Amino acid sequence: MTAPLLEVEDLRVTFGTDDGDVRAVQGLSFTVSEGETLAVVGESGSGKTVAALAIMRLLPRYARIEGSIRFRGTSLLDLDDDGMRGLQGDDLAMVFQDPMTALNPVITVGDQIVEAIRTHRDVTEAAARDRAAELLDLVGIPEPRRRLDSYPHEFSGGMRQRAMIAMAISNDPKLLIADEPTTALDVTVQAQVMEVIRRVQEATGTAVMLVTHDLGLVAGTADRIQVMYGGRLFESGDTDTVFYGSRNPYTLGLMASIPSAVGRTAHRLEPIPGSPPSLINLPEGCVFGPRCAFATDACRSEPELRVVDAATGHATRCHRADELPALIAARAAPREAGA
Amino acid sequence: MSEAAIDAREGITTESRSFGRQARDRFRRHRLAMVALVVLALLTLSFIVGPWLSPYAFSDQDFTALNQGPSLAHPFGTDPIGRDLMVRTFIGGRYSLRIALLIALLTTAIGTVIGAVSGYFGGVVGAVVDQLINLFLVVPALIILIVLAARYGSGPNAIAVVIALLSWPLIARIVRGSFLQSREQEFVLAARAAGASTVRIMFRHILPNVFGPIVVNATLLIGIAIILESTLGFLGLGVRPPVPTLGNLIAEAKGALQTKPSAALIPGGFIVAITLCANFIGDGLRDALDPTARRS
Repeated sequence: MTAPLLEVEDLRVTFGTDDGDVRAVQGLSFTVSEGETLAVVGESGSGKTVAALAIMRLLPRYARIEGSIRFRGTSLLDLDDDGMRGLQGDDLAMVFQDPMTALNPVITVGDQIVEAIRTHRDVTEAAARDRAAELLDLVGIPEPRRRLDSYPHEFSGGMRQRAMIAMAISNDPKLLIADEPTTALDVTVQAQVMEVIRRVQEATGTAVMLVTHDLGLVAGTADRIQVMYGGRLFESGDTDTVFYGSRNPYTLGLMASIPSAVGRTAHRLEPIPGSPPSLINLPEGCVFGPRCAFATDACRSEPELRVVDAATGHATRCHRADELPALIAARAAPREAGA
Repeated sequence: MSEAAIDAREGITTESRSFGRQARDRFRRHRLAMVALVVLALLTLSFIVGPWLSPYAFSDQDFTALNQGPSLAHPFGTDPIGRDLMVRTFIGGRYSLRIALLIALLTTAIGTVIGAVSGYFGGVVGAVVDQLINLFLVVPALIILIVLAARYGSGPNAIAVVIALLSWPLIARIVRGSFLQSREQEFVLAARAAGASTVRIMFRHILPNVFGPIVVNATLLIGIAIILESTLGFLGLGVRPPVPTLGNLIAEAKGALQTKPSAALIPGGFIVAITLCANFIGDGLRDALDPTARRS
């Protein structure tokens, strides 16, 4: 195995507020390899977006960032602003959640892409425009050359997100971070945009870090899934393992809340009771404990993230990980009998 | 819903129109502003062409016609030393307008840069600039102008620079507010993620988005500047005679206000007309450039 593209180690992000410190990310470690797709899944407030912004160094200055982030061997947290700017939009690119607000309303789409290219590449305006048209074509915008002169408000939401993606990949990034790229879009458009990301990945070979709250969205796309909760990594493993062999009650809860498109859902969707914890006053012990159906006395101490299957790298943060399959089966049996 | 709003909405869905184009269309429908624009254009034209067509130069003296009221030979009358007041008013308008434009331009430039820097960076820089703005806003500009004019004399450009140096906080405060608002927008974050430099983000990404309020206030400044310059002229502290400005002309006429009010009323009328036009155009621009009008 080659050295990973991105290595995050013991990342901690804290925001000081009047009410106390908000611990948005707590000891997060993970890696992204060249060309792979990593999905980072979690509810609002799980720290997934903050982690993404920390990697891009886009957090406000008052955020305290500790730990290490290494990208192709370079420590991003030690780079000065100029050094970081050299990476931003070049090897490291980002697509934002809301394409309505992430494109500048007073600059044409073409000019925005051209600018992104010329910030990092010493090419002529004309060459950059040619490239911009190619990119729009790649992301599936019809009549790309004419569309270069359109303003963002003349694009639909899906087209804007495509344009954002085109802009992000304009310099062939090594890592593309997509923060909830489809959340602001209609369901049908979501699928198209995911398809675009897949196509882009095939064309450029970039690694993708897909941040989302929608576990269903990543099933067909991600190589690996990483579930976050309360600023911590709760489970990580390859996609099939997490989907079919999860050893974490939180992940299982997330999956129970996905409606199935196949046939009629036989039973009510099961929401996870309660709401995500306050990041100022985290619960004692396991941060998911208060909402967990399987919590026991052991859960009053915080579980460590531990590897349950060394072969696939499947890791989970749960005291009862080993008993979990049996517990699930016991819970499911009466329901099936009753149905 | 107003007609403009309906059209604006249709503009989004039916036809490809840039923001500038939409704003222009909305401005054209603003009747008062369009009239003001035409009047201001005609005034400017008469200031430029008028003296050139007139048989008199602004300092020519006609000793056969001293201190006269309006007549055919001298439509605006003459002053006590026999100079034609029409050509003097046009030349005066020329100077006044030039000074006002220069003031508006300089004030806007200074105010925009200072406001942008303090709004974008916030923190200590922002707080310091904020206090500086407050300080300048409470300084009695007129008194300082009087002192400076007495000390350093008064070419038209010097007057403009001094006024601009005192009035930039008006613009800076507005630009600062707009920048504070805009820097939190996602497209700013996106620009940073694309590796754009700070200067580039401030002036290429944010500035065009706050262009509306800046243009509106620059226009309104023209009105304020005309009045300020005239006030100085009237107090005898503006541009030195014999160069006429609208304010100087009123000052010269104040000796004969009872017998020949036209000498003061005519330049006064021009001041009022220019100020009103500037304000109406400003109002029209405000409506045309208002981003909420597009969506309502």
